[in-house]
Amino acid sequence: MKRTSLIVFAVVCLIFVLSWVLKAGTIDGDNAIQDAFLVTLASFLTLAIMSFMYKDNAYYKFAEHLFVGVSAAYWMCVGFWSTIVGNLVPRLSEGLSEAFGVPYLGGELDFGFLTLPYPLLYFIPIILGAFLLFRLVPKVGWLSRWPLAFIVGTFAGLNLVRYLRSDFMSQISSTFVPLLVDWHGFGHFFANFSLAADGQFVAMFSNLVIFLGVVCGLIYFFFSKEHTGLFGKASRVGIWILMITFGASFGYTVMGRISLLVGRLTFLFKDWLGIIS
Amino acid sequence: MGNIGPIIVLALIAAGLVWLLLRALKGQEVDRRVIFAFILVSVAAPLLMPVTFKAKPTPIVRALFDAIDELPEGSRVLLSFDFDPPMSPEVQPMADVITRHVLAKKHQAICMTLWATGQAQFNITMNDVIKTDFPNLVEGVDWVNMGYKAGNEGVLNVIRTDFKKMFPTDANSIPFDSIPILRGVRSCGDFDLIISLGGGRPGLKEWVLFVGDPTGVPIGAGVAAVVAPQLYPYYPRQLVGLLGGVKGASEYESHFRDNYEQYRDMPTPAMVMMGPQTVAHIVIMAFIVIGNVLFFLARRKEGQS
Amino acid sequence: MRREIPLIITISVGFLAILSFFSPPFEPLGEDFTLFFDIIAVFAFFLGGGNLMRVHIDKLIKRKKDWGFSIVTLVGFLVMLVAGLGKIGAESITSDITREGLFSTLYYNVHLPLGSTMYALLAFFVASASYRAFRAKNREATVLLIAAFIILLGSTPIGQMLTNWMPEGMSILEIPNLAVWIMSSPNLAGQRAIMIGIGLGVVSMSLRLILGIERTYLGKDSG
Repeated sequence: MKRTSLIVFAVVCLIFVLSWVLKAGTIDGDNAIQDAFLVTLASFLTLAIMSFMYKDNAYYKFAEHLFVGVSAAYWMCVGFWSTIVGNLVPRLSEGLSEAFGVPYLGGELDFGFLTLPYPLLYFIPIILGAFLLFRLVPKVGWLSRWPLAFIVGTFAGLNLVRYLRSDFMSQISSTFVPLLVDWHGFGHFFANFSLAADGQFVAMFSNLVIFLGVVCGLIYFFFSKEHTGLFGKASRVGIWILMITFGASFGYTVMGRISLLVGRLTFLFKDWLGIIS
Repeated sequence: MGNIGPIIVLALIAAGLVWLLLRALKGQEVDRRVIFAFILVSVAAPLLMPVTFKAKPTPIVRALFDAIDELPEGSRVLLSFDFDPPMSPEVQPMADVITRHVLAKKHQAICMTLWATGQAQFNITMNDVIKTDFPNLVEGVDWVNMGYKAGNEGVLNVIRTDFKKMFPTDANSIPFDSIPILRGVRSCGDFDLIISLGGGRPGLKEWVLFVGDPTGVPIGAGVAAVVAPQLYPYYPRQLVGLLGGVKGASEYESHFRDNYEQYRDMPTPAMVMMGPQTVAHIVIMAFIVIGNVLFFLARRKEGQS
Repeated sequence: MRREIPLIITISVGFLAILSFFSPPFEPLGEDFTLFFDIIAVFAFFLGGGNLMRVHIDKLIKRKKDWGFSIVTLVGFLVMLVAGLGKIGAESITSDITREGLFSTLYYNVHLPLGSTMYALLAFFVASASYRAFRAKNREATVLLIAAFIILLGSTPIGQMLTNWMPEGMSILEIPNLAVWIMSSPNLAGQRAIMIGIGLGVVSMSLRLILGIERTYLGKDSG
């Protein structure tokens, strides 16, 4: 078994080098060898992940573990330069700002009865941030609850008003749409009746579906009353509406997932193999 | 004669599906790898023999196109690149064509991101669209990249009232006050249109909740297909238009090309992707049908026994 | 001390966030506190990185299963970290690390292909699930299936080709138009019902947190 693995590894290495050399021959410019190496590396990492479709294997595990490490460091670095250097340092110290090449902002927060200079005030997130890292030290790990409480409190405060306004009140108000669209009486309605996508009947029917669909969907989610009688029938309509919703979501999910595969295959065929333009 | 390749491939896929159906009728299972192979072939083959289809824009896509098109020249458009590599096959084509449209209309493009990965994804648009199609446009004057800030909705909550407080510099550490394009920008209320490109969290939902609704600035979006259905309730009152997945992107590309003669030869990655999409959708529908044949046969057998 | 201070922080910060929305004089204070939140978010990234190191070093020391791959994670992590924090290959300290240097090279040639392909595998699994699990077991499942079929067909040129013979007066029955109608009517209604439900859930949970009723986030000994 070990021998087979070694042979496979040797073949993979050989194909890698071969691909690198062949790719380098197709690229113009001073960095041809480096560019060819990078394209080949990206292609082999792509294939390593794809090899999972055959079965779990060492190449997949290698790629997966590499991704985890690289990804965590990526977020840390970008977070550090963009927010710590970009937002904290300019409010903290003139010397540090100069060292990092960002403008010093200084400033203060005026409470009326008390004025706090920014360099003092912005020690709060540093202290809370340090406390968050204490989570890695079991003895003082409880201190990490302070920044956690800050995060939870901010989230709760920010979300409460916004969700109430945009996802509750606005949605209810958007549901009350006119059921008689462009209404000029029954004569006009029947004379111009059609199933055209942009016709009057379809517009009216759509608004009716939206109104009843939302009401019935909400009834289905209301569990404090038994779903019997008229309430039960409305709940049943709600289930049907939700089923159509989930069907639509499934259709879009398929489309999304296929797109991702198309993206990777396009990379392999175009950037690596060069068989499509 | 040029169509012979796609026809042969389609015939082979159809023959494979018939074989699968016959196995199903006999009540035989297939290995999952056979299913995987079908998907691989149905996506790969149309890529090798690309066929592009002209796509008619749906009202929700057209609404976003019109929102950009009808703004007066020189309007400030904020583009938020809130996506990562997994979403990029769907969202990058949207980002490219929308940026191209914004700059072709001579609007000012102010770019930012709520995802750390979005900063690198923006560079792809910068190299493929801004520097290629608009080499004369100057960074900081006609367009700018403000980069990434951590904090998700926290970032939006600050820029809603004070843009400079959150972005004292751009991604290259150039001070806010030295960037000509940002003159007159105090808060998000100073933008004429905001477009969120993404599909995860934070994304369009947070833009609507934290910026669009409180400030009244119109919000448009291009999102990954997976989340698109969830965002329809915002349209049209809280959202001016939406591109959902590669289909939305292909409609936009097609419509943009029809309306802007000078970009007739621009790359249309989303339109090219619709070929593999079509074949893959048919294969997946065939899988569902065959799977159900298998299911009903098994149920009938159970009933008989 | 271990419970009271976090509770006081949650309650005061939560109220401040609400107050700053309704009262303009509190806006600057609200902005600064939100900035604190953004800065703490970066420390959370550091915590994630630190935890990753701890887990994999532990795995390596104790020679747990697949410990060799932990070396890959640690090397990948450290190389990317040094490249990013040290701005290796960048022109100056003010350069954007995603635009130039080793960090950018590693992103486009390692992180991007790995991340994209990881999710691309879902295409295979969604196909497998369609074959094995998507059954018309009852009427509800059949409705779901029909809606999915219309969307799948409607989002490709095939849908148009199949039904473009329909007269103008019946154009809603053309598959692409039907797909658009499903998305903008029943789908919108269903999603809105879900959205209203979630919205109410978020509001009530936020209230519970701000009023100090919900304390599970403080851990087991939160009382």
